[in-house]
Amino acid sequence: MSADDRVKEVGRRDLLSLAAWGAFCASLATAMIGMLRLPKPSVLPDPSLKGKVGLPGAIPEEEYRKVPGRNVFVSRSEQGVFAISSVCTHLGCVVAPAPAGFNCPCHGSRFDAMGRVVGGPAPRGLDWLKVTKAPDGELVVDEGETVPPGTYWKV
Amino acid sequence: MEAWKDYVASVKTLPRSVWDSLVRHGAPVTDRSRMETVLQNLFLHIHPTRVHRWSLRWSYSLGLGLICAASFLLLLVTGVLLMFYYKPSTVLAYQSIQDIHYVIPSGRFMRNIHRWGAHIMVVAVILHMARVFYTSSYKKPREMNWVFGLVLLVLTLGLSFSGYLLPWDQLAYWATTIGANIAQSPRELTDALGITPYFDPGGFQKTLLLGSRSVGEEALIRFYVLHIMVLPLLMVVFMGLHFWRIRKDGGLSRPEDADERLGPPGDDALPVFTQAQKKSYGLMAVVRGTSPTVGRGPENTVPAWPHLMTAEAAVFMFTLAITVALSFFFDAPLKEMANPLIPENPAKAPWYFLGLQEIVSFSAFAGGVLLPMLALIGLGLIPYLDREPGGVGYWLGGRDRDKRVFLQSAAFGLAAVIGLEAFAVRFGWLRDWFPGIPQIVITLFNPGTLLTFLYVAYSVWIIRRENSTRLGGIAIFTCLLAGFIILTLIGTYFRGPNWGFYWSPSHWPVH
Ligand code: HEM
Ligand code: FES
Repeated sequence: MSADDRVKEVGRRDLLSLAAWGAFCASLATAMIGMLRLPKPSVLPDPSLKGKVGLPGAIPEEEYRKVPGRNVFVSRSEQGVFAISSVCTHLGCVVAPAPAGFNCPCHGSRFDAMGRVVGGPAPRGLDWLKVTKAPDGELVVDEGETVPPGTYWKV
Repeated sequence: MEAWKDYVASVKTLPRSVWDSLVRHGAPVTDRSRMETVLQNLFLHIHPTRVHRWSLRWSYSLGLGLICAASFLLLLVTGVLLMFYYKPSTVLAYQSIQDIHYVIPSGRFMRNIHRWGAHIMVVAVILHMARVFYTSSYKKPREMNWVFGLVLLVLTLGLSFSGYLLPWDQLAYWATTIGANIAQSPRELTDALGITPYFDPGGFQKTLLLGSRSVGEEALIRFYVLHIMVLPLLMVVFMGLHFWRIRKDGGLSRPEDADERLGPPGDDALPVFTQAQKKSYGLMAVVRGTSPTVGRGPENTVPAWPHLMTAEAAVFMFTLAITVALSFFFDAPLKEMANPLIPENPAKAPWYFLGLQEIVSFSAFAGGVLLPMLALIGLGLIPYLDREPGGVGYWLGGRDRDKRVFLQSAAFGLAAVIGLEAFAVRFGWLRDWFPGIPQIVITLFNPGTLLTFLYVAYSVWIIRRENSTRLGGIAIFTCLLAGFIILTLIGTYFRGPNWGFYWSPSHWPVH
């Protein structure tokens, strides 16, 4: 019997052992999937990203107010109230207001007053955040929900 | 009475018989017992029983691999000590590090050793890799051990990075925020293609790393588990593989004519086979194939005990001395407690990542993911793409041609990186000229990718000009090293607030 013949002949035992190894690998894989699911949380444990920012009238016109304790700037223009996130779109540092808009301290991204990138490595402009009104009349900004730039809450 | 006599005799010889039951082969004074000292000890038996004299030459290995292992051992011991007091919670972590630093006996010293040991390990791993490369020690049959080595390099950097968060100070918080967002940066690409809502590997990686949206309690626990459990375990496993392979590959690499070059052993080397052996340990049995030792006598090998052991002890003492001296004079830093609302300015990663941070400051994805991955894959392929035999065991092959190409590549590598950086610092980059330019253009076309392209093109040109893959390898490796060093220096010394370029920190604006 030549070597080739032996390869071709898959006997009953070979088949059984193949099935057994298949079962072994399958059960191992199932266990692995079960384990690998664990580290990815289905609910992110962060605190609520919504926060009140004051009555519409209290929001400054044509300048930015940093909401204390949050990464949010709010302002009012003729079109209405809007909120811009202060988290840099490059790698997540917090931008600071500058004469021409915002500057990021980490790698020097620069943004204009409307949050558009004008320099540095940031891939896109600062996020605009959703503004809504709470029943008590105060405005609420949701840091978890971005809106297209130029979306205003009409006063 | 017989029993009583035996009993007394047993009491008298008690220490002796306990010792003899622990060490069954007697003092290491004969060739056989020296061999058994190594062979029969669980902790020593990873060593060969005899080593080639070439492997013991300081000018060859520079002891660098051993320094890596020694500093890892130091880090293990001091790390376990720090764990007695460290509390991995956002509320208590900073406080507990302060306690370790200011209150606990020897706490500051142990913390300093842990910090300096980490720096030394990173330096030693990089230098060790360079040593292995420039002596062609990655060539057959050592290809896979080069790859295992790269895994060790990644693990070393991973351990450093995960440990950086634990003090929960400003440095830690912002370096980790940046790191986590680098993990998310594939979004730069998926955003450009408009497929992020369907396929978001970046977001997945960040969530996996932080367990939440931003660096907080979940992230701290994850980094802690990685730092004290997962990565050290992997490190031990891969170190085991690494050492095992060194032996299976026939010991350290050495030139074909090592025996002739070494000449007869000196007086300090213990002679070979002073006693006739009772049992033959097939010394060469484990070595297969074309290893230079096959078919030769063991003339130029010496017993591992004491020659290798004393060498290892010396390297360990050297590492310990340096670490302790540094820890005595320089304290590990501890900034203010982490504040998620005010970033450090400048926010700098540990020094060995500042070269990356420098190219990240053009494009997060290119600098933080694409180029490092390419570099790692490229390094891993070196032994499989350069299969030229010869030159193994000499620094730069012992040939003038290799030295010339090395110097030329170093000059080219330095010139290219300095030129590109100078240009970018002086004139800015695409975004400064065309603010509306799509990000994808910058991702693909920035000083980092350009530099990589130049380096690859140069080494391809060298392969063709010199008709040698080894010389092409020397070109790319040397360029990579030059680029790494210069970018790291720029990131460390010449970048200030807002990542601006300053000739010295004394020129930084005060605010
Ligand atoms: C934690 C990191 C590492 C440790 C503890 C380590 C340890 C060692 C030790 C003790 C040796 C014996 C010779 C010597 O001391 O030079 C060695 C050899 C070797 N290492 Fe590493 N190493 C590490 C990382 C690396 C890296 C990053 C590479 C390359 C990418 C590498 C590739 C090799 C190779 C190919 C050899 C065999 C060299 C020869 O035969 O001459 N190792 N390593
Ligand atoms: S995080 Fe803002 S520029 Fe890098």
